[in-house]
Amino acid sequence: MYDKSVAQLVAGLRDKQFSSVELSRCFLERIARLDSTYNSFISVDETAVLAAAGAADKRIAAGNAATLTGIPIAHKDIFCTDGMRTSCGSRMLDNFVPPYDATLIAHFNREGAVVLGKTNMDEFAMGSSNENSFYGAVSNPWDTSLVPGGSSGGSAAAVAAMLAPAATGTDTGGSIRQPAAFCGITGIKPTYGRVSRLGMVAFASSLDQAGPMAHSAEDCALLLNCMAGHDPLDSTSSELPAEDYCAGLGGSLQGLRIGLPREYFGDGLDTATARCIQDSLKELEAQGATLVEVSLPHSHLTIPTYYIIAPAEASTNLSRFDGVRYGHRCANPVDLHDLYTRTREEGFGAEVKRRILVGTYALSAGYYDAYYKKAQQVRRLIKQDFVDCFSQVDVIAGPTTPGPAFALGAKSDDPLAMYLEDIYTLAANLAGLPGMSVPAGLVGGRPVGLQLIGNYFDEARLLNVGHRFQQATDWHQRRPATAPGGTQ
Amino acid sequence: MQWETVIGLEVHLQLATCSKIFSGSATTFGAEPNTQASAVDLAMPGMLPVLNAKAVRYAVMFGLGIGAEIGRRSVFDRKNYFYPDLPKGYQISQFEAPIVGRGTFEIQLEDGSTRSIGITRAHLEEDAGKSLHEDFHGQTGIDLNRAGTPLLEIVSEPDLRNAAEAVAYLKALHSLVTYLEISDGNMAEGSMRCDINISLRPKGSDALGTRAEIKNVNSFRFVEKAIRHEIERQADILEDGGRVVQETRLYDADLDETRPMRSKEVANDYRYFPEPDLLPVVIDDEYIEAIAAGLPELPAQKRHRFVEQYGLGNYDANVLADSRALANYFETVVTRCGDAKIAANWVQVELLGQLNRSETGIEDCPVSAVALGGLIQRILDNSISGKIAKQVFEAMWQGEGSADQVIEARGLKQVSDSGALEAMVDQVIAGSASQVEQYLAADEERRKKLVGFFVGQVMKLSRGQANPQMVNELLAKKLV
Repeated sequence: MYDKSVAQLVAGLRDKQFSSVELSRCFLERIARLDSTYNSFISVDETAVLAAAGAADKRIAAGNAATLTGIPIAHKDIFCTDGMRTSCGSRMLDNFVPPYDATLIAHFNREGAVVLGKTNMDEFAMGSSNENSFYGAVSNPWDTSLVPGGSSGGSAAAVAAMLAPAATGTDTGGSIRQPAAFCGITGIKPTYGRVSRLGMVAFASSLDQAGPMAHSAEDCALLLNCMAGHDPLDSTSSELPAEDYCAGLGGSLQGLRIGLPREYFGDGLDTATARCIQDSLKELEAQGATLVEVSLPHSHLTIPTYYIIAPAEASTNLSRFDGVRYGHRCANPVDLHDLYTRTREEGFGAEVKRRILVGTYALSAGYYDAYYKKAQQVRRLIKQDFVDCFSQVDVIAGPTTPGPAFALGAKSDDPLAMYLEDIYTLAANLAGLPGMSVPAGLVGGRPVGLQLIGNYFDEARLLNVGHRFQQATDWHQRRPATAPGGTQ
Repeated sequence: MQWETVIGLEVHLQLATCSKIFSGSATTFGAEPNTQASAVDLAMPGMLPVLNAKAVRYAVMFGLGIGAEIGRRSVFDRKNYFYPDLPKGYQISQFEAPIVGRGTFEIQLEDGSTRSIGITRAHLEEDAGKSLHEDFHGQTGIDLNRAGTPLLEIVSEPDLRNAAEAVAYLKALHSLVTYLEISDGNMAEGSMRCDINISLRPKGSDALGTRAEIKNVNSFRFVEKAIRHEIERQADILEDGGRVVQETRLYDADLDETRPMRSKEVANDYRYFPEPDLLPVVIDDEYIEAIAAGLPELPAQKRHRFVEQYGLGNYDANVLADSRALANYFETVVTRCGDAKIAANWVQVELLGQLNRSETGIEDCPVSAVALGGLIQRILDNSISGKIAKQVFEAMWQGEGSADQVIEARGLKQVSDSGALEAMVDQVIAGSASQVEQYLAADEERRKKLVGFFVGQVMKLSRGQANPQMVNELLAKKLV
């Protein structure tokens, strides 16, 4: 069961080939047996899983099941779960049990899906390697000496190692797409505002977006159907009705114009990775798509722009972690200042502190105009690049990352090298556009991702392009050899 | 040296919405600590603000009330600082693009003259919670009921020149916002709090002196005292050749002094930036027109109308137009009795006097406007004298019924029967031989004064019920 797609599991439950309890037990057993290798989960509550699965089975038996009823899904530990610890990968929230569900979790619960567990992540979603977690690094199932990518590294590794059929993640600068690419799975970051942010611990409010991570575009579509939609309690959530993302799957790519930004194929891109991407593009061309060279002239500004805006927003989003109301609190504070400084000193890790400092600096009087304000102006230029591009093409394609997964520890002491990992993914967040990564080959046994960026609210088209690609290729069906049952 | 005082006020007005500005929690005053604080107010992880539409509406009403430009695209910003009663570590406020822009505001001074005061801007923001330092044995309790209460911060130009003007400005503001019903204006409960920016400069100078800011003054009386005190303090410093330090001070009502806040209480870099969790508030003509069409007559308009329509003086018009309830009361009295001047007099002197003495609000007044109008009618149709009317009013206040019922029950109807009056006049003349002699010896001018004695005696004899006009006529006839 563990090697099946969500679509197959949905059919299996419907046809009573197995029950949700059986299915959930299967994944619980794998997690218990195998996750010590990957460290992809922070919390798994077996009792709650089996209770939810039992309830799902009743609902299936009663004949009022929804699509995902009974499907176990792993959630990044950034989504608040009522009564279950939500740590955000931080010591700061190690003891935090929310009394509410994130809107996204509530959607899955309403659908009858089973919360399989909470996955590991870079602390407060800050990182590209999942090495910044209070709960320890996550290993890449394709080679456990490699990073799985981040910040949704736990979700990506869990799906890749078949410890969960699908997972949720969040993407502020590439945190769904980059780990999806590194772990050989499919992940989509929807348009900003497509999925509610309520109950998702904030990193950078204007960039954060939740999305599904699974083995295929089709599975992502199934999950996104449950996640997308307007939330009146998130003012930045779009009022545009969500589509049925499964409905358009299988549509022809004849006449599809795919833009290839020349800036995404230049220096810095690993040659072998570039070859995989070119091969993938040829496949899309073979299906009737036209490849068009385009330009995103402000691409070279995405990293500096992102690394001002994201830390600036983060520096104030994280002010609420002050030891006063919940979360970590230092022992025996002597006064208010001591409470604040020691609580935050102890509760936050190095990368989080680094970004709080950078962000605080960027917003300070005297620097605001030169940094934050300028970055916002550049952000508009970056967005305009895409708007111009989408007047010529339907989809933009390129590599998700400059190369395949790197070794654990290789870049953990070099933040700038780490930040460069997100060079192709950041722009979609700055522009608010949907972006997807689909498995596009292996380089030395390490997966490579093809990134597809769509126009605003064009998730259905992106998913269809991914789906059509996966109809013709089998990269998404490869499984890592380290995971029992895996076949490479 | 002669000093001129320059004052600008920042008023924090609590808007009378049922729920908070960014959450659904109630805003009722005086609830048990932390019973009106939701996950949003507590800044739990992942919680997001949703703007209260009514708060926006109220802010626009205020803007229209002072003829201000309405910000067509106003933006919320985060004002960052750490404090235990500020759960998010930032206050959501408006910095660069406020919802209400420049406007002006007419205030009425004690002498009846008016002045126009500039309003720089007014913006929406959320209130913080409350730190409770008592009852926690050296620790601090936090009550977040108030956190997220909608405030409109109204910033004036430095157009005010003394304490009296500042108080007049606040009273006019209070009158406006209660007219608009956008705030209950309850200062004791903190619905209207005031920061005072104050500086001195040599008379005739255009430059502004260094200012001090006095925080959180919450009554008209304290504003007046704090300003008087601060003027004196700054003048002393300047007279001695010293320099005023720009700082934030607190007014201590118990000691009647201002003193500097501890430097820790004054944050310096708030790192304002646009709040990414909220969209800009975009306001179109249609929205503004709909609100404008529904605005009530405002205090200044009403004041001017009272002067024109009823021939009242500026001062009287100002008093009567102070609150919507009082103005409505007055106009009902006028409608009933038909004489605006007497009505104005009665409402201001007798009615307001009684209300003040008994600390009753106009809303709870035991004598209805219709009833008071009925009483005044009885004066106008000579059923009773003005003096008797005061007795009748007392009785009405005590709940003895309408004017007619009281007059009937107490037998206070004016004596206009010429036979009875003539008998009384004769009796007085007969018993006042020396006064009659004096009167007859006096010239025309003096007689006018002396006749008062006879009138008084007749009124005494009639227990005040004699028709004074008829008594005068009879006396004129008989004293020859």
